[in-house]
Amino acid sequence: MIGVRLYLAQRISAMIMAPLVLIHLVTIIYAVQGGLDAAEILSRTRGSVVWGALYALFVLTVSVHAAIGLRVVSHEWLKLRGTGLDVLTWVVGLGLMLLGGRAVVAVIM
Amino acid sequence: MARRLGLHQEVLQVNVWRGNASGGKHCHYEVPSLESQTILDVVTWIQRNLDPKLSYRFACRVGMCGTCAMMVNGKPRWTCRTHVRKVLDNNTLTIEPLRNLPVIKDLACDMSEFFDKWDRAQGRFHPSKTRSDDVVRIPPTSVHRTQVDAAIECINCAICYAACDVVQWNPDYLGPAALNRAWTLVNDVRDNNQTVRLRAVSSDAGCHNCHSHQSCTTYCPNEINPTASIAGLKRATAKATLSGKI
Ligand code: SF4
Ligand code: SF4
Ligand code: FES
Repeated sequence: MIGVRLYLAQRISAMIMAPLVLIHLVTIIYAVQGGLDAAEILSRTRGSVVWGALYALFVLTVSVHAAIGLRVVSHEWLKLRGTGLDVLTWVVGLGLMLLGGRAVVAVIM
Repeated sequence: MARRLGLHQEVLQVNVWRGNASGGKHCHYEVPSLESQTILDVVTWIQRNLDPKLSYRFACRVGMCGTCAMMVNGKPRWTCRTHVRKVLDNNTLTIEPLRNLPVIKDLACDMSEFFDKWDRAQGRFHPSKTRSDDVVRIPPTSVHRTQVDAAIECINCAICYAACDVVQWNPDYLGPAALNRAWTLVNDVRDNNQTVRLRAVSSDAGCHNCHSHQSCTTYCPNEINPTASIAGLKRATAKATLSGKI
């Protein structure tokens, strides 16, 4: 249930996500070494264009990747077809973007 | 358990699926065990000696025509080249029509959809030359020719198609055989239908739905690797899309 465009979107989003996940993990492990608390972390991320851009990109790629993945699973396992399948793909994609977007705003603003 | 009947004749316990499109059930038969016996021999023996109404399909009996495929103990096999000894499970054989294809009667399936998909995958050769042109010289060692060689010996048996879970989950999926065929033509430098073919295999039912889990490759009796051919199509279509050709 995916053509070449969705296939490419899923592969490219995976390629972008991989280093972002690494950066995220390494940073949180490094950041809490000295016993940082939430307030201190927020004081570093607030107003940071770099962290904002990084996490915005992460949310975008996760939304694209997960929406396409769930589209395939729902088609193959739940037998969802046609418009229902398209609606699910968009709802998952936009929903994740919204939730993730809120989180990014909360950490940066 | 092997039972002995009469003159020390070993007997195989055989369950054969009998029925049609609206349903059916397994029927049990006892068949004498013979040296070098194939699954097709067993089915033929049942039809000749026990039940002349048993329907099944075969032609060449030597692994050339691709018509005799059936499920044997749950796995797709070319029955004329599958020895009973190799697949016997607890002296029992369960023989059923090929998976993923509609049944016509007993062990004979309707192959129309399977072959229609070859067409949908643009599995036909479209010549770029006429008979008055020179013959194209293709070095046997060229990259394209090597790719074709690896995939061309398909006998259209639909064993890979029966083995593929994605075909079961997504009945529109073109399937390993049709896509493998398309890959041989993508590598045929004499063909002039490449854009149309790359578009056809990039559809919602095309090569990008393959999960690369390799059941097709595991069961193909001719040791073709449709998974690799499909991976080739994924690369070719991705390149063509990114460069704006399709
Ligand atoms: S590798 Fe692809 S074509 Fe082959 S069985 Fe798996 S999903 Fe089907
Ligand atoms: S690729 Fe192999 S299994 Fe599939 S139809 Fe051709 S010969 Fe049969
Ligand atoms: S009968 Fe022809 S391949 Fe088996």
